[in-house]
Amino acid sequence: MAEKILMKGNEAIAYAAINCGCDGYFGYPITPQSEVMETLMKEKPWETTGMVVLQAESETSSINMVYGGACCGKKVMTSSSSPGISLMCEGISYLAGAELPCLVVNVMRGGPGLGTIQPSQGDYFQTTKGGGHGDYRNIVLAPASAQDMYDFVDLGFELAFKYRNPAIILGDGVIGQMMEKVELRPAKARRTDEEIKKLCASWATIGKTADRKANTITSLALEADVQERFNIKLQKKYAEIEANEVRYSTYKTEDAEHLIVAFGCMSRICENVVELAREQGIKLGLLRPITLFPYPKAAIDALVPQLKSIMSVELNAGQMIEDIRLISNGRVPVNFYGRQGGMVPSPEEIFEAFIKTIK
Amino acid sequence: MDIKDIIKPENKVYGKTPLLKDAILHYCPGCSHGTVHKIIAEIIEEMGIQDRTIGISPVGCSVFAYNYLDIDWQQAAHGRAPALATATKRLMPDKYVFTYQGDGDLASIGTAEIMHACNRGENIVVIFINNAIYGMTGGQMAPTTLLGQVTATTPYGRQADLNGYPLKITELIAQLEGTCYVTRQSVQNPAAVRKTKKAIRKAFENSMMKKGTSFVEVVSTCNSGWKIPPVQANKWMEENMFPFYPLGDMKDR
Ligand SMILES: Cc1ncc(C[n+]2csc(CCOP(=O)(O)OP(=O)(O)O)c2C)c(N)n1
Ligand code: SF4
Ligand SMILES: [Mg+2]
Repeated sequence: MAEKILMKGNEAIAYAAINCGCDGYFGYPITPQSEVMETLMKEKPWETTGMVVLQAESETSSINMVYGGACCGKKVMTSSSSPGISLMCEGISYLAGAELPCLVVNVMRGGPGLGTIQPSQGDYFQTTKGGGHGDYRNIVLAPASAQDMYDFVDLGFELAFKYRNPAIILGDGVIGQMMEKVELRPAKARRTDEEIKKLCASWATIGKTADRKANTITSLALEADVQERFNIKLQKKYAEIEANEVRYSTYKTEDAEHLIVAFGCMSRICENVVELAREQGIKLGLLRPITLFPYPKAAIDALVPQLKSIMSVELNAGQMIEDIRLISNGRVPVNFYGRQGGMVPSPEEIFEAFIKTIK
Repeated sequence: MDIKDIIKPENKVYGKTPLLKDAILHYCPGCSHGTVHKIIAEIIEEMGIQDRTIGISPVGCSVFAYNYLDIDWQQAAHGRAPALATATKRLMPDKYVFTYQGDGDLASIGTAEIMHACNRGENIVVIFINNAIYGMTGGQMAPTTLLGQVTATTPYGRQADLNGYPLKITELIAQLEGTCYVTRQSVQNPAAVRKTKKAIRKAFENSMMKKGTSFVEVVSTCNSGWKIPPVQANKWMEENMFPFYPLGDMKDR
């Protein structure tokens, strides 16, 4: 049996990074995710795998270090929480515009502004619709456990390199701070220079050799027609991601007449809401989007005909609900329950709100 | 004598380095950017490090530096080149990594990045083109714009009480423990070009010796932004910029 270790979600990010052959981490402290860099600094991976770990002077700098490392075909990442991610959005737009692979972890806290350090899902719009300027998309993974935090690091890098696009793990303060057993995966070695050359020589800045043209990484196109052609190519890539990479899980949806949709820590809490409803003979099911982009549109769409209502449960004022309403398109009422500012509801509280919506 | 009798290999005194591509420069005639590009290209050729050099271009008139030098390039967001260079050098320590930045890029929007990269002593080369103006956006005030200097956003001349003082960022950089070589040069005549070439070559060599950051400022002209012809621009630079930004090494260790 694989080894299981008790750790925080944030620590799981750090251990997974070392374990999956990450080349570099660049970050700036912010609660509730500082344990990521603290764990890396304690583990000193530069002495074992050769992974670079650097505390930058700001999130602006962290994300641009990630940009530089990504230009070199390296597996590079950063982590932060909401205010820091806002600062990074310029850089993330550049990464998307330059088609660079990287991993960003957002352990969300309450906002807007400096907000609270308690958990939130208030950055759903920012992360799934872009965040920075221009028409771009992030690949977004929503962990619901410390194990997910661990597993999504490797998965995030795989997807980021497959599509040469930023991947974001959109966690929250609950998942980051909660301690759970995490099953460790077999270690992957960091890629050698030869492997990087084989994989990335067509675009990465690893030194112009006589056998190829110089590589330039840029997101600049002065002519409108060139930029439009590039944007259309990006949209094709996003369509491909939507076709291939949707991930979600369901709980008691086979006979469900009502559906809760919830992601991250809220999906865990909502499993208990399903149980509370079932005890009273109400056929409630749960759908948990694991990827927030691409969104499990087809899965929700397929359930709509059997449903009398859908409720989106989120730690915000109602953001994901807009996507569900687009899918439902008026066929079934889509209700909402949410808490904000760092408040986390209990299953009973959500159940009470749910009952009101169906009466 | 016919021209054909003159163009012979044995008569050749100068050739364009193949590191400079044949692309037509987009710089205004008389602009210092082109001269500094040529210097860097020659150094990369002479050191034989084309396959080991990564350039990082800024946002500013030199954003397109990648069209001219035949090496791998990264194009950074405005001011962030030192952050890209930091990661690139740390992840590929066997590479020569340099940033090429204007005064707006380096000394205004990117002040934090350059200060901290230099303070960490990243083993990179920084080429700083100080033309005391925002060339690319049409000649607005730069952090290095002189007092009294007229720009698009200081139409009555830069005033300290309104606009603050010109920033001697290179003097600040020289104070930082992380820098090993900090110098200020210019390229307005052949002698100055030779000195600048020597300085940039030293900076490139330093970057493989784990001595820290090498920083080369080139006091430059922007005749379009200054709205004076090239020859006059050189004169204006000598008379107005050199007294405030004196040339020479500030630090060499
Ligand atoms: C975030 C951001 N802000 C502003 C700009 C607009 N902009 C482009 S170049 C530039 C100034 C460049 O001046 P400098 O660095 O001195 O370079 P020069 O053109 O003089 O060589 C500005 C403000 C931008 N591209 N990005
Ligand atoms: S605007 Fe100034 S800096 Fe830009 S190319 Fe022209 S002379 Fe050079
Ligand atoms: Mg300038």
